[in-house]
Amino acid sequence: MDNLLSIVTFIPALAAVILAIFLRGEDEAAQRNAKYVALFATTITFLVSLGLYFQFDPSNTGFQFLEERDWLMGLKYKMGVDGISVLFVLLTTFVMPLTILCSWDVKTRVKEYMIAFLLLETMMLGVFMALDLVLFYLFFEASLIPMFLIVGIWGGKDRIYASFKFFLYTFFGSVLMLVAMVAMYTDAGTTDITALLSHSFSAGSFDVLGIHVVGGMQTLMFLAFFASFAVKMPMWPVHTWLPDAHVQAPTAGSVVLAAIMLKMGGYGFLRFSLPMFPVGAEVMTDVILWMSAIAIVYTSLVAMVQEDMKKLIAYSSVAHMGFVTMGIFAMNQQGIDGAIFQMLSHGFISAALFLCVGVIYDRMHTRDIDAYGGLVIRMPAYALVFMFFTMGNVGLPGTSGFIGEFLTLMGTFQKNTWVAFVATSGVIFSAGYALWLYRRVVFGDLIKGSLKTITDMTPREKFIFAPLVAMTLILGVYPALVTDIIGPSTAALVDNVNQSLAAADTSPVATQIASH
Amino acid sequence: METILLFTPLVGALICGFGHRFIGEKAAIVTATAFLFFTALLSWITFLTFDGETRIIEIFRWIESGSLSTAWQFRVDRLTAIMLIVITTVSALVHLYSFGYMDHDPQWKEGESYKPRFFAYLSFFTFAMLMLVTSDNLVQMFFGWEGVGVASYLLIGFYYRKPSAGAAAMKAFIVNRVGDFGFALGIFGLFFLTDSINFGDIFAATPMLAETTVSFLWTEWNAANLLAFLLFVGAMGKSAQLILHTWLPDAMEGPTPVSALIHAATMVTAGVFLVCRMSPLMEVAPQATAFITVLGATTAFFAATVGLVQTDIKRVIAYSTCSQLGYMFVAAGVGMYSAAMFHLFTHAFFKAMLFLGAGSVIHAMHHEQDMMNYGNLRKKIPYTFAAMMIGTLAITGVGIPLTHIGFAGFLSKDAIIESAYAGGSMYGFWMLVIAAAMTSFYSWRLIFLTFYGEARGNKHTHDHAHESPMVMLIPLGVLAVGAVLAGMVWYGSFFGHADKVGKFYGIPVAEASAHGEGHDDHAKTEAHDDHGHSDDHGDAHAAKDDHADDHGDAHADDHGEHHYVFAGKPGEGALYIAPDNHVLEDAHATHWLVKVSPFIAMVLGFLLSYLFYIVKPDLPKRLAEQQQPLYLFLKNKWYFDELYDWIFVKPALALGRFLWKRGDGGTIDGFLNGLAMGVIPFFTRLAGRAQSGYIFTYAFWMVLGIAALVTWMSIGGGSH
Repeated sequence: MDNLLSIVTFIPALAAVILAIFLRGEDEAAQRNAKYVALFATTITFLVSLGLYFQFDPSNTGFQFLEERDWLMGLKYKMGVDGISVLFVLLTTFVMPLTILCSWDVKTRVKEYMIAFLLLETMMLGVFMALDLVLFYLFFEASLIPMFLIVGIWGGKDRIYASFKFFLYTFFGSVLMLVAMVAMYTDAGTTDITALLSHSFSAGSFDVLGIHVVGGMQTLMFLAFFASFAVKMPMWPVHTWLPDAHVQAPTAGSVVLAAIMLKMGGYGFLRFSLPMFPVGAEVMTDVILWMSAIAIVYTSLVAMVQEDMKKLIAYSSVAHMGFVTMGIFAMNQQGIDGAIFQMLSHGFISAALFLCVGVIYDRMHTRDIDAYGGLVIRMPAYALVFMFFTMGNVGLPGTSGFIGEFLTLMGTFQKNTWVAFVATSGVIFSAGYALWLYRRVVFGDLIKGSLKTITDMTPREKFIFAPLVAMTLILGVYPALVTDIIGPSTAALVDNVNQSLAAADTSPVATQIASH
Repeated sequence: METILLFTPLVGALICGFGHRFIGEKAAIVTATAFLFFTALLSWITFLTFDGETRIIEIFRWIESGSLSTAWQFRVDRLTAIMLIVITTVSALVHLYSFGYMDHDPQWKEGESYKPRFFAYLSFFTFAMLMLVTSDNLVQMFFGWEGVGVASYLLIGFYYRKPSAGAAAMKAFIVNRVGDFGFALGIFGLFFLTDSINFGDIFAATPMLAETTVSFLWTEWNAANLLAFLLFVGAMGKSAQLILHTWLPDAMEGPTPVSALIHAATMVTAGVFLVCRMSPLMEVAPQATAFITVLGATTAFFAATVGLVQTDIKRVIAYSTCSQLGYMFVAAGVGMYSAAMFHLFTHAFFKAMLFLGAGSVIHAMHHEQDMMNYGNLRKKIPYTFAAMMIGTLAITGVGIPLTHIGFAGFLSKDAIIESAYAGGSMYGFWMLVIAAAMTSFYSWRLIFLTFYGEARGNKHTHDHAHESPMVMLIPLGVLAVGAVLAGMVWYGSFFGHADKVGKFYGIPVAEASAHGEGHDDHAKTEAHDDHGHSDDHGDAHAAKDDHADDHGDAHADDHGEHHYVFAGKPGEGALYIAPDNHVLEDAHATHWLVKVSPFIAMVLGFLLSYLFYIVKPDLPKRLAEQQQPLYLFLKNKWYFDELYDWIFVKPALALGRFLWKRGDGGTIDGFLNGLAMGVIPFFTRLAGRAQSGYIFTYAFWMVLGIAALVTWMSIGGGSH
């Protein structure tokens, strides 16, 4: 199949179009049809995408499954995946059927809801596959719209505030990124990402408005991209949109947001920031490492005092993304492997944790931690699943959560021991907030009257968790399934960055960098 | 065989935990227990047939990233073998014991199924512990390390209805994580410097580490010392050493069999095991090991003082455990790893027995744990009484001074105290001797308060006190055998002369004699003669002198009477003893006063306890009133919990709140929203109107439009 990537990307969009055109009415049958169409489409997408995993050649560090066509106005439609992106594609196709399943009880505007999720899947897949700057930008920005609508329409009480905060934050970053993209096109004369990857952007320092810019254009472009990706990740201190968005989003929205959308930022760093602007990255490295370490400690402390379950998990997500940015900017094999691993693992674990909140929210309609307690007595299966993912969240060895944390910290230690020291303390704090949450919700005696009749997980809910449990465990015990795929590409990336830096070293710029 | 041995408990745990719905509760727990006994059998076979050669068994790959390469693999050597039998024996017995102890647990309501969960946790713990001790690299060890932490967490919080159990479980996990923080940094540092985390590579690199300085945080450090220290921080957490000890007494919230297995015999000794396992590194890290010695000695002293005044029977034993672990660290700190392992080994038997005995008392007294409500129980529960007596004789170190005849604790504890003295740590020596007196005092206090004197507390409870069932007494009996014999049988292997210890651990030994080669054969025979009979000798030191004299002056070399010294390279054999480490020989050669000092301390402790609780039972109360500040200081465990709450917990929460409200809410949102101050309300109003209109539908079409455009372009564009 030559067009495998396009097929995978556009099956959901096709299903969305079918729903939009052919499905009429708001009755029960129509709703059911909408759900089944969405479930069927996402499942097929997943099954087809498995072909990517099995046909992927890890030893080839270039792009595979390439597709290239002319598009409007001289632009190109170019898709391809390498070891860094292919697993994000799979993560997306893996998670989407589960989010559709967990939305089975949605009652309002079911058709639109399903359309939004299907389109969202297409956009996100496009982000991870696009090999043309404009195409990437299109997918990257367009993915905002369905998410914005999901929060804004199916969200909670303050959904409008949250969705606009979300939109404005990310939009602000995007504008800067667009400016940088124009600059890149002007400089390199192409929007082809493969060409841009081998283009070396000027790194000569200059003064602008009285400020001496070390690394010159590279630093500026790096910062422009950084603005966009840092918001997406999100990194401290531009993370505050995330807890609000999560709290207001419906469960499925939180799942997609945490499991996939945040990873677009990390992917962006790996696809653009690091390989294209290595000098800029090197200039900014210490700042970013420290921002990451602060994020880990800061958001963990904040998570500890939350009263809303979703907010707590949202803050914990920010902390975990701190490990990711730290690993990426450690700029060595362990760090980057760990960062990718952490993103995938967080995709399963955070998705599951938001689902855990969803399970009891559906029953009690509150996310207030104080409203719960002693759930283990009536919900043993739930207690088990929640415990498992709590342990995954604190990075217990044997779960996938450990590998990512461990590798990123190991990578960072080689770069900066202070940052590693501060970030490693995160393992204490994460245990603090995660177990404290678990204790208040699940342990204790069941004394609250409203909980006396609460029921354990339904078969459908168990069915949703099963694949997540399996992935968390399998990747924790046999991470080679991932590291074999990403390893060679990461190694090539690290080599390229080091070579570029070494090349820059021989130019007069290097001395300036060194002196700063 | 080792692979089967390792995974059997895991399979048992899974069958028991998930399968009990299908095969029934009874069958599930019987399966778990049977599997454990099978594991224990295999462990003993492994231990007894072990030939000293290190074997490595690889299962499959684990974390690989660049030059980092780890696999799931098992290292079978003497250290592992010792731990195997300790873990599986105690675990199997605890499984059996739990049949009785956990039957009709009053914490649960009628019809609630808790037993399969309990047995599954126990078996899972055993699996994790086995993974810890058989690991061939630090990361897999970390897996076991945290795995036992989780099992411990689950079991401490087993009575989840009790808020105190939940709190204790959380505390245990988090305090251990503080230790793990150091452990993890140690692993990162080792990888950074040696490019590997496999034991073989690390051991080989230790001479290099000793010469390396590394920049860590604010300054330059000697690599070996820094790494040894960081790893030891992990050990401090797991083995409840001072500063990170606060979780262990609280862990007594778990059911008593758990305390016996996890918080006495096995998990808490993992730290000692880690230090011994890393002996090649420790040998080149003098400052770090000095710290270990001092901290171990201080813990031994501190915990013993607190143990003097506790009234909860399990807490007394918990502090005793904490104190005994301090002993082990002193031994490891002065370079006498084998003595540390010896005490670990014997301690597992008698401490597990004390806990199970205490459990039997608690069982008899309807879950009353306060010793102030016990008294005069020796007639009511005679078997339990006998077991507790044996345990007490063992822990206090009763034996015949200057011989190798005595209860297990007598031999291993004295070995440590002699090593501390020979290792040159006077602080360690005195702290341990004083702690030995206090150990004797609180142990006998426990016996006297429980089994002698007047019956106190609820009369009804006393009237219905009953001996425990057979399933609980058999484990006590088996452990009693260990508590009596373990020391005498294995004295030579753990703390005999260098050649015997070397053979036991697979460490090459060399003859240190400066005399001609002609005496070689002779020397060997003689040495074997000597050690073969060492148990029977009154005073090994003196006997050896005689012996040597009998054979003439052939072997009077520089190191006293010993003819063999350790000559292994790092990584050869299960332990590494540096060429300049003569603690073993020196310990054998210490003055007889040093050797009898722990015995004297023990007798003093006993006499004082007898005076306080038998002769003049009102004395303790008067003393407590007279010395109230001191009493409260000890009773409140030196106020560590209050101090930590005040220094760490409260500020962390306050800081969290501050960062949330002021940092996120005030500064960041304030600043960033300031930019969009006018924008958000505007959009909000717009969107509010949109709710009633069709703007959102338009938005859908917009997205669909983009999608359609892309689709059309890609298909149409392809034909160009």
